[in-house]
Amino acid sequence: MAAAWFRKPSILPGFGLTLGFTTFFLSAVVLLPLAALVLRTSTLTWSRFLAIVLDPRAVASYRLSFGAAMLAALINAVFGFIVAWSLVRYDFPGRRLVDALIDLPFALPTAVSGIALATVFAPTGWLGLKLAVAGVQVAYTWLGVVVALILIGLPFVVRSVQPALIEVQRDLEEAAETLGAGPFHVFRRIILPGVFPALLTGFTLALARGIGEYGSVVFISGNLPLKTEITPLLIVIKLEQFDYDGAATLGFIMLVMSFLMLFAINLVQAWGRRGQVAAGR
Amino acid sequence: MAGVAPRIEEPRNLSVGARVARIALIFLAIAFLGLLLIAPLGAVLAQALGKGLAMYLRSFTDPDTLSAIRLTLLTAAIVVPANTIFGICAAWAIAKFEFRGKSLLITLIDLPFAVSPVVAGLVLVMLFGVHGWFGESLQDRDIAVIFAVPGIVLATIFVTFPYVARELIPLMQQQGSEEEEAAITLGAGAWMTFLRVTLPKIRWGLLYGVILCNARAMGEFGAVSVVSGHIRGMTTTMPLQVEILYNEYNFVAAFAVASLLALLAIATLVIKTLVEWRADRRTG
Repeated sequence: MAAAWFRKPSILPGFGLTLGFTTFFLSAVVLLPLAALVLRTSTLTWSRFLAIVLDPRAVASYRLSFGAAMLAALINAVFGFIVAWSLVRYDFPGRRLVDALIDLPFALPTAVSGIALATVFAPTGWLGLKLAVAGVQVAYTWLGVVVALILIGLPFVVRSVQPALIEVQRDLEEAAETLGAGPFHVFRRIILPGVFPALLTGFTLALARGIGEYGSVVFISGNLPLKTEITPLLIVIKLEQFDYDGAATLGFIMLVMSFLMLFAINLVQAWGRRGQVAAGR
Repeated sequence: MAGVAPRIEEPRNLSVGARVARIALIFLAIAFLGLLLIAPLGAVLAQALGKGLAMYLRSFTDPDTLSAIRLTLLTAAIVVPANTIFGICAAWAIAKFEFRGKSLLITLIDLPFAVSPVVAGLVLVMLFGVHGWFGESLQDRDIAVIFAVPGIVLATIFVTFPYVARELIPLMQQQGSEEEEAAITLGAGAWMTFLRVTLPKIRWGLLYGVILCNARAMGEFGAVSVVSGHIRGMTTTMPLQVEILYNEYNFVAAFAVASLLALLAIATLVIKTLVEWRADRRTG
């Protein structure tokens, strides 16, 4: 059994068994494979590593993956806020149905949303036809990547903002209105400060998911090298060409990116909690 | 749990501006969701049923499609119980005991959510592929992991790893352990305490985690795509079968299989919503 410095004594049973199984399963299924990737990359020479990382095709793919995820997360921050606001503040017919539907992108397999979006936004598709008249092509361009990532990221923003909006004190808003503050003033000074940490958390989660997304993007993006090729797709292509060094290196870059995003999310959440404590909630 | 929809009491004496804003914002929200969520869902149904019900049903007589459905069910039948047992163990260790390195453990459990599905598949290739760590020794023993069913199962376990655990950990932490301690003090065994005291308290949270885990397990595409090898009738799951049929321009069949997956998603949302209402009513 574990020594006293390691854990506080408790009369409950099963510590050794459950912690043992947890660490074993975690190590076998998650940590060991991740270590294999890192070690594989570490066998490369620096020049080889840099040549793969800085290859123009790879750089173009980072720009698309990160840029599209950023833009999609920003759009989601705006519309996700509007959706969350409508769900929290207004009572309209079908509100509960809409609320339940928000999680659809979590539950719908990405391949399904991928082919569905490609069909809707294809130049011959229902929405694509209307957009083509306006001279905009979404499917098989970088815009398609953004649309797919908006769909994937939406629930992260809405589900982060909803509880924070419920917490915003309405009597403060009413007091401000009574004192003559206009709606924009109330929004900027009372509502936004209250929900901003949650909005930022949702934004970061959506961004993190968007950078790594694969299934919903590849059907609508057209997958042209240097133009509409996302980094995960480039990894798949390198694997199919048996270029294991190339795949491992790009995978390593994405893994580092994931760690950075995870770190950013933790920072944002810690900052949000500190804000709540300071506000006395 | 996500998804909060308590009853709303709107103020009655709204100004004209507030009324206009209310209608405009609701319209904007619904239009956005309609374009983004409903249109694609409608497209799946329209394409699947576009050539008639007979064609739709005929899609499910294809042996490769049937084998993909079987493989998806088999994968879920292995992955969901494995991650459920893991999730319960992790939640018990983390919520009931104080020990060093706990927050690191929680972060590591969440890690698969942050990793791209393609990278999840890739790391398994680096481990079990021909040029991987265990590649040669597996080949000597004639065991195939990559481009075979074990790889698909492992990839699915990786991407669905945190679902049950992250649902149960906060729930069990919040519930505390006084009742379990009382049961143990009164002489109940460990199993008895878990089954009679803990399980009834966590069953809705557990169900919630399990259905989300199941939805992702059946629908995973990226990670499985990397390790599967796309061998027809052998290593294609339903989402991969959708891709194969779609790339062959066999749209009716592709969307027919996709419609089954969409149905799974809707069923998941319905159960999830029911569980949330149930949990709301108990706490509120």
